[in-house]
Amino acid sequence: MYKSIINNLFLLEKEPKDHYNTLKRNIVIIMMLITTLPLATMVIINYFQYRSHLRSQIVAPLYAMSEKTKHSFELFLDQRLAIIRFISTAYSFEELADEQKINKILISLKKESFGFVDIGLINMEGTLVSYAGPYSLLGKNYAEQISFQETQINGQYISNVFLGYRKFPHIVIAVQHLTESGQTWMLRATIGTDFFNSLIKSMGLPRQTDAFLVSEDGLLQTDSLYYGKTLEKCPLKIGESTFNSENIDGSGNNDKDKIVVSSVFSIADYALVIVQPKSVALKSWYALKTEMIIILLISLAIIIFVVLRMTDSLIQRIRTSDENREHVIAELQHAQKLSSIGRLAAGVAHEVNNPLAIINEKAGLMNDLIELSEDFDKKSKFIDLTNAILNSVDRCRKITHRLLGFSKRIDVKIEPININHIINEVLDFLEKDILYRKIDINYVLSDDLISIESDHGQIQQVLLNLLTNAFAAVEEFGEVEIETQNIDNGGIQVRISDNGCGIPQDVIENIFDPFFSTKKEKGTGLGLSISYGIIKKLGGKISVESKLGEGATFTFDLPKKPIELEEIDG
Amino acid sequence: MDKVNILLIDDEIEFIETLSERLELRGYNSEIAEDGETGISMITTKDFDVVILDLMMPGLSGLDTLRQIKAIDKKLPVILLTGHGSTKDGMEGMQLGAFDFLMKPLDINKLIEKIQLALK
Repeated sequence: MYKSIINNLFLLEKEPKDHYNTLKRNIVIIMMLITTLPLATMVIINYFQYRSHLRSQIVAPLYAMSEKTKHSFELFLDQRLAIIRFISTAYSFEELADEQKINKILISLKKESFGFVDIGLINMEGTLVSYAGPYSLLGKNYAEQISFQETQINGQYISNVFLGYRKFPHIVIAVQHLTESGQTWMLRATIGTDFFNSLIKSMGLPRQTDAFLVSEDGLLQTDSLYYGKTLEKCPLKIGESTFNSENIDGSGNNDKDKIVVSSVFSIADYALVIVQPKSVALKSWYALKTEMIIILLISLAIIIFVVLRMTDSLIQRIRTSDENREHVIAELQHAQKLSSIGRLAAGVAHEVNNPLAIINEKAGLMNDLIELSEDFDKKSKFIDLTNAILNSVDRCRKITHRLLGFSKRIDVKIEPININHIINEVLDFLEKDILYRKIDINYVLSDDLISIESDHGQIQQVLLNLLTNAFAAVEEFGEVEIETQNIDNGGIQVRISDNGCGIPQDVIENIFDPFFSTKKEKGTGLGLSISYGIIKKLGGKISVESKLGEGATFTFDLPKKPIELEEIDG
Repeated sequence: MDKVNILLIDDEIEFIETLSERLELRGYNSEIAEDGETGISMITTKDFDVVILDLMMPGLSGLDTLRQIKAIDKKLPVILLTGHGSTKDGMEGMQLGAFDFLMKPLDINKLIEKIQLALK
């Protein structure tokens, strides 16, 4: 199953160029996915884990601080309530109704405990019957006030902050007392809220962090740094949920820039709120986040770079090996083609050779008979004719022998030879052509050229073919350069260059194929393929380079000794 | 001096008949055999001075015929003919004791030359 997927991904039957591009693209995509997916997943998981972890790490101390401070507040308020409750128990209604006594009590209260402003006694009907303090409130009826009703129900009451007649913030605390006779009365005291602010200051809050008390109806009970003065409406939404739930968490708040922690009082309708900007609270988190993003980006850059480089070199290797393979296959096919054509040529040559031998003998006999007979009319004409037949047979024989030499060596005679000498011999043979066509021969023959063991006649044949071709390629006054040199493997190299018309690329590809000719009727198309065959047989290499219009260069190497012969000798 | 007796062995009847005639014209006495077996039986019944043997024959091959001829008369010179440039067969023939080898189509003058050399 996955094998077919892999095949689909990597073994595409497309144009070679497309194939490599698609292969490259697929490898890059897959490698990127494999490497970046786990990385990205890890980063995302870490991101959320660290975030929640850090949040709780940051929120928890704030929450603890708010709880602690809330307890201080509650303790303070509880103490005040306890004092009032003690007074209500220690003194009877009548004693408290005595103005002197209640004044004395207020003086002791102020002395022993700070914050008390006034104290008053309220009877069952809600009328203030006795009062000690700076105001003249005597006789005022509180029956309609929430403080009176709440006290009647709960036995005690702590009011929200309000501005009294003196226009400074204070709260009212009240306790109810039930006498044995079933009568109820109420002791009511006013407390200044200066201590609220001092308590908050004593919390030792970090910079830019605000803390304040807020009532259930959203009014500030203390001064806030950023959200207004006492009794102003708090702009933060400290909703009912805050008051209904004990579990208070910064993330529960919708505000994006701040962490808000609040603790709700149990003995009064207050909540202590601590507000800290996230920029302060999450400073370490932001630093960590930036580091994570930087590391992620660097890793991604490295991955992309490495993947691209690796894929490039991989594809390059595949391409090179593919090309090498194709090259080898092409060479093999070429060699096979040559060898099969060679066999065919040998077969044809052999079959033609026998009838040729018969023609040769018949014509020879005719010639013999004519020569032996007495003079007759047109005798010399007949002799000419039979000689012409014999000459043609001789030409045919040469062709068949050449064809046979294409696949087999005819009369191979290995002897020590000097290529320079053979070149001179061949050039002597072509002397007339050179003179007639005014061709300039440039000799670059190595003086210390080693003598090699090879076939004199065959090399003559090769040189003749190559030089004839070179001469055919150049114009009048053309130049042909012949260069010989020793080569590293102990053999020799011959280069024949001309400045003629050059050879087109498509011709070069087929130039050593038998019967491939550009000379049309003039050539057999065998010259170069025979040369190719000879050089191969003698253990050498032949190659051609050419640029159209700039001439061509044929190069062949020959070893010091043909390999085949070495084997026989061994 | 008696005429030189030459035996021609080749399956190409047209070839050996004509060649035989040409040799006769040049004063040799020549006989022909169409295959190896005939040639060998002729050698056993008559004395020949030179044998001209084609290497490419159906039935008994040229080289086998050569071996049998050499088994009968080691001194009898045999000139081999090869249809193609197979020096391998030629060399093997030479190792088996053939006098020389020539390639078809023949140059009659070269053949006469070899025959004269063989007779010496």
